[in-house]
Amino acid sequence: MNGFFDIPSDLDNTYFGLIGLHLREALLPVLAGLLAALPVAQLCVRFRWLYPPVLGVTTVFYAVPSLAVFVVLIDYTGQTELTVMIPLAVYSLVVLVPAIVDGVRSVPEETLAASTAMGFGPVRRYLQVQLPIAVPAILAGLRVAVSASISLVSVGALIGNQGALGNLLADAQKYGRPELAVNSVLTTAVLAVLCDALLVLIRNLLTPWMPRGKGGRPKQFAARRELPEPEEASAR
Amino acid sequence: MNVLNFVNAFFSDSAHWHGYDGIPQRLLEHVQYTLMALGLATAIGLPIGLLTGHTGRGGNAVAFVATAARALPSFGLLVLIAVVVGIGLLPVMVPLVILAIPPILVTTYEAVRSVDPSPVDAARGMGMHEAGILFRVELPVALPLVLSGLRSAAIQVVSTATIAAYVSLGGIGRYIIDGLYQRDYEKVVGGATLVAALALVTLGLFWAAGRFAVSPGVRRR
Amino acid sequence: MTSTRKSSWSRTRHSGAAAVALTAAAALLAGCSSDSDDTSDNPLAGEKAKAGTVVVGSNNFAESTLLADIYGEALKAKGLKVTYKHNIGSRETTYGLMKNGSVTVLPEYNGSLLAYLDPEAEQQSADAVNEAVKAKLDKKLTVLDSSPAENKDSVSVNAETAKKHGLTAESTLADLKDVAPDLTIGGSPEFQTRQQGLKGLESVYGVKFKSFKALDAGGPLTQAALTKNTVQAADVFTTDPTIVKEKFVVLKDPENLFGFANVTPLVTKEGLSKEGVDTLNAVSAKLDTKTLLDLDAQVQLDKKDPLDVAKEWLESAGLV
Repeated sequence: MNGFFDIPSDLDNTYFGLIGLHLREALLPVLAGLLAALPVAQLCVRFRWLYPPVLGVTTVFYAVPSLAVFVVLIDYTGQTELTVMIPLAVYSLVVLVPAIVDGVRSVPEETLAASTAMGFGPVRRYLQVQLPIAVPAILAGLRVAVSASISLVSVGALIGNQGALGNLLADAQKYGRPELAVNSVLTTAVLAVLCDALLVLIRNLLTPWMPRGKGGRPKQFAARRELPEPEEASAR
Repeated sequence: MNVLNFVNAFFSDSAHWHGYDGIPQRLLEHVQYTLMALGLATAIGLPIGLLTGHTGRGGNAVAFVATAARALPSFGLLVLIAVVVGIGLLPVMVPLVILAIPPILVTTYEAVRSVDPSPVDAARGMGMHEAGILFRVELPVALPLVLSGLRSAAIQVVSTATIAAYVSLGGIGRYIIDGLYQRDYEKVVGGATLVAALALVTLGLFWAAGRFAVSPGVRRR
Repeated sequence: MTSTRKSSWSRTRHSGAAAVALTAAAALLAGCSSDSDDTSDNPLAGEKAKAGTVVVGSNNFAESTLLADIYGEALKAKGLKVTYKHNIGSRETTYGLMKNGSVTVLPEYNGSLLAYLDPEAEQQSADAVNEAVKAKLDKKLTVLDSSPAENKDSVSVNAETAKKHGLTAESTLADLKDVAPDLTIGGSPEFQTRQQGLKGLESVYGVKFKSFKALDAGGPLTQAALTKNTVQAADVFTTDPTIVKEKFVVLKDPENLFGFANVTPLVTKEGLSKEGVDTLNAVSAKLDTKTLLDLDAQVQLDKKDPLDVAKEWLESAGLV
């Protein structure tokens, strides 16, 4: 009898193989999205008028369901991982651009003035002052992008075994084996939680100056303007 | 391939405008799923967010719930519940509600918690009840952020409700799933356009709600 | 205008970045997926099947996976290099992948394939159907010998509906004409637009249903929807083991709308050697409807893995 970890042969993979594939299909697009978002965000910070139209265009991209993008892309990139990863990268971009812009803009004027006075050029100022101060905001955006991306990969199952752990869902339905769907949901959720924890750890390592500790921040920290939650993407 | 041609062909085909598979019917179904899910998520997320934000306690619990809810894959839950309990509204509502709770809950919590403490202290000093403080001082100030959380949730639900079609329900997703299996780009592109348009309408509604509901004093900031 | 230009700009930029990131990180993450076949899931390897490798594809339903496994394992036993591309989707998609050569062998059903290639075609005999298919196929493709095993689409009603409207095993699709306007029919999304689907039911039998509910290709969704009376009629495969179990009534098809549906390998002419062709013809010769029913039951009712079922049968039939 087949059980929880008996992966159907038509997926051509082992349980751990599916996990590796899932991570790759989810995380590469976020990385690509981040690499593209940094220059776009920098342009938006430099030229303020650019930000509203960029936000508008990205919001429209963001509202298009991933499945529709998969179907249209199949003719160009085939039934491959790349077809799944392209829309995921675009969603990551959409989540990350406002996170980075808001983060970089939140750097106080006096800090910038101080760095200029110390003789920092624009590039050095960006890399050594603005970006580090924006780290918490960027990481907040990355957390949303990563969990959305991990969740969305599963939809790739609909275009022919391209959904990694999501393929288990299609098979659960095809063979009437609910345990495969339970496996898929639990494994995906655990991956998302672990990646999220890793990002929190990275944030803490990168921002040693931030207040930490149990019991939340004291009220005076809360009183400063909080960044609104970045727009999220999830399984469409 | 010209996407605009597909859009044009889809919307000018009169067969797409009536009957159980017509645009009005599918749009209505889509809006129904969206409103139901958003209503349920608001009923759960908003009060908890207001309460935790007001007391300033439970921040870790809110963060935990949000992280857990975000980690659950929508498509996975949909298929799982459909396989276990069969097709119906339940497999669609559970993932959509779980999807909408984190942005509503977290944003409401952060919005109320980050209200400037001095007017709150003043109200308390004037002898205002805690409920009065929450609804007459904190909420009006926090409203723009609270609305942005609801907006974020609404956009996601509009977009994600398309997956309902995978378990045989209606909504705009029907065109996208049918188009996939029929290799009919017209339907896929037409469906995607409808979803994007619905998302833009949603944005517009929230913008209008903000103009209407947010006190001018708060808006000026 | 501005926004269109902007969007295409950022998209090109973006895919460029994606490609760079992919290459950079491919090495990094290769370790995670060492269990999987590197050639088949490398996104940059492209779609074309490698020369000398037979790519066996399957559609998105259990029997198709099972048949693909039978073909693939039989070919492997002859020393051919075989990879699988399972669960691709509907015929509308798989036919395209056969044409462009990314799949070389696919289990098909002769009459259903003909109805896809030419909705008007008359289906008189199995041999005539195969000749007509060969004539209509893309010139890079051909079909091999059909097996006696047949699995047709059918319109079946659930026990409740049959009782209510007095439909029996002797009833035909024509008998549905008067009751259909009260019934909801279910089927795969593609059933809605196929000749062997709603279109043919209307043009051949004048049967028009109240509404259509999109389910799966004769899988568990369809079975559940029929059992629970969410739909009263559905497209059910005639080899479906649940027909007997749930007392569904299969309506007769005197006009032969659903034609012939003998299991037949669709192959690319270039992709398969003489030896491969002989192997698949030998498989087809041994595969009859009773065998197929039995193998389907092992997969769908006993929940055995299709690959194991395929290997066992090939062994017991003396094909490997």
